[in-house]
Amino acid sequence: MAQVTSEKYEAILDRHQEAGRDHLIPLLQELQDMEGYVSREAVLAIGQHLKLPASKIYGVATFYNQFRFQPQGKYHFMVCRGTACHVKGSDKVLDMLVKQLGIGPGETTRDRLFSLQVVACMGACGLSPVVNLNGEFYAKATPAKVASIIHECREKESVHAAG
Amino acid sequence: MVNIEVNKRKVEAKEGETLLTALRREGIHVPTLCHVDGLTPTGACRLCAVEVEGAPALVPSCSFPVSEGMKIQTHSARALEARRTIVQLLLSNHPDDCLYCIRNGGCDLQQLAQELGVRQRLFSGKRSVGKLDVSSPSIVRDPDKCILCGKCVRVCEEVQGVAAIDFARRGSQATVATAFDTGLNLSSCINCGQCIIACPTGALAEQSHIDRVMRAIRDPEKTVVVQHAPAVSVTIAEEFGLKRGIDANGSMVTALRRLGFDRVFDTSFTADLTIMEEASELVQRIQTGGVLPMLTSCSPGWIKFVEQFYPDFVPNLSTCKSPQQMLGALAKSYWAEQEGVDPANVFSVSIMPCVAKKFEMGRPEHGHDGQADIDAVLTTRELARMIKTAGLSLEDLPAGKADSPLGERTTAGKIFGATGGVMEAAVRTAHYLITGEDLPDLKIQPLRGTQGIKEAAVEIAGIRVGVAVASGLGNARQLIEQIRNGRQDLHFIEIMTCPGGCVAGGGQPLNTDQDMVKARLQALYSIDRDETVRTSHANTEVARLYEVFLGEPLSHKSHELLHTHYTKREVLI
Ligand code: SF4
Ligand code: SF4
Ligand code: SF4
Ligand code: FES
Repeated sequence: MAQVTSEKYEAILDRHQEAGRDHLIPLLQELQDMEGYVSREAVLAIGQHLKLPASKIYGVATFYNQFRFQPQGKYHFMVCRGTACHVKGSDKVLDMLVKQLGIGPGETTRDRLFSLQVVACMGACGLSPVVNLNGEFYAKATPAKVASIIHECREKESVHAAG
Repeated sequence: MVNIEVNKRKVEAKEGETLLTALRREGIHVPTLCHVDGLTPTGACRLCAVEVEGAPALVPSCSFPVSEGMKIQTHSARALEARRTIVQLLLSNHPDDCLYCIRNGGCDLQQLAQELGVRQRLFSGKRSVGKLDVSSPSIVRDPDKCILCGKCVRVCEEVQGVAAIDFARRGSQATVATAFDTGLNLSSCINCGQCIIACPTGALAEQSHIDRVMRAIRDPEKTVVVQHAPAVSVTIAEEFGLKRGIDANGSMVTALRRLGFDRVFDTSFTADLTIMEEASELVQRIQTGGVLPMLTSCSPGWIKFVEQFYPDFVPNLSTCKSPQQMLGALAKSYWAEQEGVDPANVFSVSIMPCVAKKFEMGRPEHGHDGQADIDAVLTTRELARMIKTAGLSLEDLPAGKADSPLGERTTAGKIFGATGGVMEAAVRTAHYLITGEDLPDLKIQPLRGTQGIKEAAVEIAGIRVGVAVASGLGNARQLIEQIRNGRQDLHFIEIMTCPGGCVAGGGQPLNTDQDMVKARLQALYSIDRDETVRTSHANTEVARLYEVFLGEPLSHKSHELLHTHYTKREVLI
């Protein structure tokens, strides 16, 4: 098998010595925490460690919504699909984000500026529907509100670019 | 012996077998969609469910064992209704595309809908809109037509030991995908096409080269030469509804001419040539302490498998190109020279039992002087389609003969189409090269048959030569692991990617099953039994080729045209 230089994963892999398939999910979580996403290198390293083919690891990882396979963008949006938010129309907000950013949940724009994630309840049901941008909560989000947030981000970037 | 009752008839079943096995032996047809012969049943599709007296629910016959006194109804109203519902659900998000579908007329799903009398769309589920994957040189994947039966996934992992694909996501998003949803071309897929053979629908098909071939035939500038592989003539008759196990070589050659090919050559000719080169290479490796065991190199899926999974075994691979590539190279040099045609105007087509050959033809290692050895590869299925489109039928055509000087073959070249055939042919010639005499008995029985791994030890001039044969890369893996772990008694190993060899290749008629494979193998061995020229070194056109063009086996010219080298390949495995 192709030997990857997986030194950066060693500390984590070492904690899972003699591990079986039941370690797959924890390993994916730990490597994602480390890199912000599940990289191809990480999948190869896990594959070698657990003797699992990459397709299988990817299959398992995509079964759960918690894994992303592209690095997060500079502006990372999380949309809640918990019941409360759903009832209050979070899907419309999500649709708008998908349309405006041109990416689906779990994806990152080509310029690495924006990324999108759909998450289960964020524990802020009182504010529903709720959107989170880089850790900051936006309450009672509407498509219009979110559109203006995106606009602000883009403004900021063009100022950067100009400056 | 277990006595059961099926549809009010007494049936004898065998201890431990599944209901499905017993039913099939009795000729009772119960439909299946996820069952693969020889693999552990998953019970995923439920189509095979039958009614068992006393059981509260229908039971899946593919995984349910027989037991004494069991009473079964295979086509009760309840069983039929359940099947109909399953098919209706499968169709609910399936495109109504049959008229334009590659599987039209040969599709299991279509057949089921027909058989169960599904006449209207009952459920309208959301149409899945997946992306057509045309990235692979060998295979086209249309996820819209996938019914998630999982057969391709299991064949790829359990039979081929590749696991390029698996289920990804879940619910309505579920698909079969490669790691990271890359195109198949970037995955560990070795292009064997066994998944196509397994697939019940039009979700998987070969990359068709029919158009480019027809264009070349119509182009007055081009001289279009065609070669056909040893395993094609013994399967193509099936595509025309004729009996399995028939050798249609003569009528197929005539069909090729009528389709407009200018010359018809026989890949079995270069199979004989391969034997001359490969046996000489083996003798040389043994005599000079070269890398052993030597591994055959004629199966392109296997080559890619070694490059990605066992790069440490690349030096063990024979440097011989495959017979397809050799013939292509000779057509554009030896033959073109003789014929006085510009190689640039020769369009070289091969008819193969294989979709990996479509990948092989594009490998950068092949070709010379800026010319590709091969310009298009048609599978057995594609050729049958072309023959039908031209309004021809194999049955009605008189027998034709292949063209000189790349058309003569011995039966040794012909049995290349069977697992073990290359080895048998090679041993015959290696014996001759070393001793100057033919083996007293040319038939090497231990190398024949459908077992996944076969072995033999042959005495040649006092040297004990250990040989082994594996088909299906899962089996190849076992053998290679043994060698990695220190096994040393083997000198030469033949590996065929597809289980059973090329007769069961990914380009062969669909719905290939074990009985068909056996009949096809039998057809090849009958040819070997009935004809008189049975050793590659007795091929007179091969001898002439050496005399006037190549010199001798492993000569400089041979190396230039007929040999190549491979290297480690990085893919996500
Ligand atoms: S896969 Fe079968 S059912 Fe589906 S469109 Fe093709 S022929 Fe019709
Ligand atoms: S062609 Fe062979 S290796 Fe590729 S996906 Fe199909 S079964 Fe697997
Ligand atoms: S591609 Fe074919 S074999 Fe594979 S899961 Fe889909 S329908 Fe089944
Ligand atoms: S064939 Fe038995 S469950 Fe699919």
